[in-house]
Amino acid sequence: MLTIENLQVSVEKKQILKGLSLAVQAGEVHAIMGPNGSGKSTLANVLAGREGYEVTSGIIKYDDQDIFDLAPEERARKGIFLAFQYPVEIPGVNNIYLLKAAVNAVRVHRGEPELDAVDFLKIVREKMQLVKMDESLLNRSVNEGFSGGEKKRNEIFQMAVLEPRLAILDETDSGLDIDALKIVAEGVNTLRNENRAIVLVTHYQRLLEYIVPDQVHVLSDGRIIKSGDRGLAIELEEKGYDWIKQEARAA
Amino acid sequence: MSEAAVSHYLTEFDRFKNNRLSDWLPKQRADALEYLQSNGFPTRKREKWKYTDVSPITRRKFTLGPATPEAVDGGFIDTLRFSGLDCHDLVFINGGFSENLSRAGNLPDEVTARSLASVKSENPALPERFLTGPGEEIDHAFTALNIVFLNDGALIHIPDGTQVPAPIHVIYATDKNTESIMSHPRNLIVLGRQARATIIETYAGGEDTEYFTNSRTQILCQDSAQLDYYKIQQEGHRAFHIGNTKIRQQRNSRIDCHSLSLGGSLARSDIDVELDEPGAEINLNGLYLANNRQHIDNHTLIEHKQPHTVSNEHYRGVMGGRARAVFNGKVIVHEQAQKTQAHQSNANLLLSGNAEVDTKPELEIYADDVKCSHGATVGRLDENMLFYLRTRALDKDTAKSLLIYAFADEVIRNIKLPELRKRLEYNVVGELPDTDLIKGFMK
Amino acid sequence: MTDQTPEVEELVHKEYKHGFVTEIDTDTVAPGLNEAVIELISTKKDEPDWLLEWRLQAYRRWIKMPEPDWAHVHYPAIDYQAISYYSAPKSGADGPKSLDEVDPKLLETYEKLGIPLHEQKMLAGVAVDAVFDSVSVATTFKEKLADAGVIFCSFSEAVQNHPELVRQYLGSVVPAADNYYAALNSAVFTDGSFCFIPKNTRCPLELSTYFRINAANTGQFERTLIVAEEGSHVSYLEGCTAPMRDENQLHAAVVELVALDGAEIKYSTVQNWYPGDENGVGGIYNFVTKRGDCRGADSKISWTQIETGSAITWKYPSCVLRGDNSIGEFYSVAVTNNYQQADTGTKMIHLGKNTRSTIISKGISAGRAQNAYRGLVNIGKRADNARNYTQCDSLLMGDTCGAHTFPYIETKNATAVVEHEATTSRISDDQLFYCRQRGIDEEDAINMIVNGFCKEVFKELPMEFAVEAQKLLNLTLEGAVG
Repeated sequence: MLTIENLQVSVEKKQILKGLSLAVQAGEVHAIMGPNGSGKSTLANVLAGREGYEVTSGIIKYDDQDIFDLAPEERARKGIFLAFQYPVEIPGVNNIYLLKAAVNAVRVHRGEPELDAVDFLKIVREKMQLVKMDESLLNRSVNEGFSGGEKKRNEIFQMAVLEPRLAILDETDSGLDIDALKIVAEGVNTLRNENRAIVLVTHYQRLLEYIVPDQVHVLSDGRIIKSGDRGLAIELEEKGYDWIKQEARAA
Repeated sequence: MSEAAVSHYLTEFDRFKNNRLSDWLPKQRADALEYLQSNGFPTRKREKWKYTDVSPITRRKFTLGPATPEAVDGGFIDTLRFSGLDCHDLVFINGGFSENLSRAGNLPDEVTARSLASVKSENPALPERFLTGPGEEIDHAFTALNIVFLNDGALIHIPDGTQVPAPIHVIYATDKNTESIMSHPRNLIVLGRQARATIIETYAGGEDTEYFTNSRTQILCQDSAQLDYYKIQQEGHRAFHIGNTKIRQQRNSRIDCHSLSLGGSLARSDIDVELDEPGAEINLNGLYLANNRQHIDNHTLIEHKQPHTVSNEHYRGVMGGRARAVFNGKVIVHEQAQKTQAHQSNANLLLSGNAEVDTKPELEIYADDVKCSHGATVGRLDENMLFYLRTRALDKDTAKSLLIYAFADEVIRNIKLPELRKRLEYNVVGELPDTDLIKGFMK
Repeated sequence: MTDQTPEVEELVHKEYKHGFVTEIDTDTVAPGLNEAVIELISTKKDEPDWLLEWRLQAYRRWIKMPEPDWAHVHYPAIDYQAISYYSAPKSGADGPKSLDEVDPKLLETYEKLGIPLHEQKMLAGVAVDAVFDSVSVATTFKEKLADAGVIFCSFSEAVQNHPELVRQYLGSVVPAADNYYAALNSAVFTDGSFCFIPKNTRCPLELSTYFRINAANTGQFERTLIVAEEGSHVSYLEGCTAPMRDENQLHAAVVELVALDGAEIKYSTVQNWYPGDENGVGGIYNFVTKRGDCRGADSKISWTQIETGSAITWKYPSCVLRGDNSIGEFYSVAVTNNYQQADTGTKMIHLGKNTRSTIISKGISAGRAQNAYRGLVNIGKRADNARNYTQCDSLLMGDTCGAHTFPYIETKNATAVVEHEATTSRISDDQLFYCRQRGIDEEDAINMIVNGFCKEVFKELPMEFAVEAQKLLNLTLEGAVG
């Protein structure tokens, strides 16, 4: 579903990603781990099409299509979802209204009829259960005044409603206490299926105790320096990132 | 009225011409005289003077006084010094430098902190560079008057890379024995690259004399310089004070400025700041306390001229009696000043039914990628808080004083020098009703 | 942001939707202003002597007044002698009795503007008093209003049929020589609307008036007077569009509202006059004096305005809170694009005890526009326990526009509580990206964010107006960010 080959990306002339390659198939969950500043969030943002990232070389293919020239919304309508590390507050824009507009933009893109308010709300109520989201958050402005945990739940809730094919979760675990983490993880696990791929970007392996990945990749200094299964994450937790960096240098 | 005042000052200028410094900067003086004659004094029709009528000043005939130490008693000056703080005190009496009353502090050799007149007699180039350069625009008749009667003041120059540990304290005191003295102090403050200093200006005078101080200060902070600047206006209750501070800041320089307006029957203080280069930052704190029939006017202007400049302004005022306070804070963000952050707040507490406040926070913004806000409030003491304190056994007056003090302390507590902070806490408390009651809480 | 896409480029150059001129014969007086012209206007309108005298006195004050220059706007000097001060549609000389008598071309104009007069009767109970240039040509729902005892008619009709009411209230809120433009209006006003709600009456309809400026070089000087007697209630809507034209046109209206004990007046405006083209050529000069007098205790006056049009707007709908416990409100969205300039805001004058005022102002500036909020909150000496809350936010779109805030707060009473907050920001790239990541295109995302920014004001508008206002807002800002 997603193929990245030799991706090189610069931000303000500074090279962040230095030849990253990755292949994710439908139905898989991949975890990308790495120390701060290794390029994790850059990867997430580039996939979603954020401006200010200069792709100097490499290929990103989603469903065998090059997505470089696609606007963020076009990528979203094709099923790429980014759960933000720091979801922004948008005063005055109703949370549920944004979501309805988003759902219908995706449906129109797929050639499906737009949902009316009744059908939409039915889906919303169903999906809210997934992340045990408080109904009062629906009618507030997007993320405004939400706690850190509420913001993260809202992201997963949006994911559940939008049903993306490729979901990138950027440090969704950061700032969550253990209970909130479990709820979010359960939500994500429910959304796992054979048609959907999930990329978890995280610093700690804690999240991976609840969402077990098919593959784990270690990102360091703009490259994936080691890949493996869940065991790699546990090893990382025990030995730290320095160990693997040394190993990579030795190799 | 204005013509009569202008002609009075022209006559005074003829008298002043005998002074040894009067032939200095002839062009600037001629221009200022010309300005005075063609424009006269500002009236309330001018937006900047909308709430302040200067006719109490212009209808009086102030004259220059002698700079003799006998004009004040040394004990009075001592009350203005900061005991326990190693300061470099420059003392001016009636606008003229007093060698006897001044006290040298522990300053690095390369630092200049002296009387402007004495520097001029040795090396006029330094002061002239600033007195003929930018920042010397005539805004109104009072800035013109200051140039016309330019005579003395403090010249402070901190060279590149010099850190001055001792605060430099410039004290202006006016005659307490003679009525109707005027003085036109002039301060020039220059901090070189990476220089650091603390400079305090204090204005005071006889509690029962009528006099007029018309001061002007020009400050230039070069790259990465850091200045803590305090202006303490504690003139006598019959005094008139017009003060004007012009600040220019270069790259990455930072100024923490505190303006305290406590005295004067009519006092106006202007602080104009130009953030001329990227990274310049100013924190402007102000406190004004007005009682009886005092009229206290604070005007500030902050111009963000380049990107990544920062200003934080916080002014508070407490008005009792029949006092009237004016606050006007203007922030201009110029077109090229992207990434500017400018925040301003002004809070006012009215204690009496006859007190009055006029506040006007203004934002003028020509750049889009900016974060700017301002807020202004006017209110009285919070009934719930008062009630709470009283249920904790405080009597009403003490509770009030305590709350007023807490309100003012939002500004005072930002003052870094503990001695100065303490002095101000006492000064402020001294201005409050029921001082004795609340002093117990200060210990 | 991204480079401008061709679509955005196209939107930027989209022309003013309502730009067209209806060919219609007008009875226009030669340009120029003197006492003879004022006498002519008064004669043509068959006015009583006292009104002519009132006009002449206003004129005599006006010629001695300096033109104000304090607003944050710039424009070439106006030649008041080059303006024609009277114009009336010829076909309306005798006054049409019903819609059938109205010039079909006029009706066609309304169709183009999307104001289906024929359908109005069936629509949501809205009565329309349409002013084409200066003379009213059609009024509907008169009967229903008459049953309730409400008088709603053109100003000219009111002068003929209710002279005692007009004489009692005219100029009682905005005196003839209140300011330069109000004095000019008082001297030369040709028509407008008059509305009177008797005691304890709730006006059964939302009252609305559509103004248009049509005849070239004809300054428009409407006069609106609304009187709400004790315990009455009225909601008045005013909406404006104007045809495209190259020369600047002066518009100096006066609106006076009087609310007696317990009365409530809600006055809503959508102003979409021609703003000039993208180079700043043409456009309306909108110099308006609007003031409401909460004359009675417990009265309330609420102004809501959506200002998207005009080259220059100079307008401060104000409330004089004279009655104890009276309430004043001002909700405003002012949008400026291209070379538009707006200097707008309000004055809340607290005179009575326990008076309350709320000011919510949202300014949006794009292109090379300048948008200023100017407001006065004055708490008088006797206004015990007065309260004001002001919030004024500015949104900037693009780096060549300006947003300015000039609030004046004057407090003479220690029991007052006044709060003022203001912010200036732009639509952040983060907000846009977030919406786009959720599949919403840029233009829609901007509209959503801008509408969100203005929501507090839109919710004050009657439903049908809110929809119109949102459309106008989106239209005005099309292509503003590219």
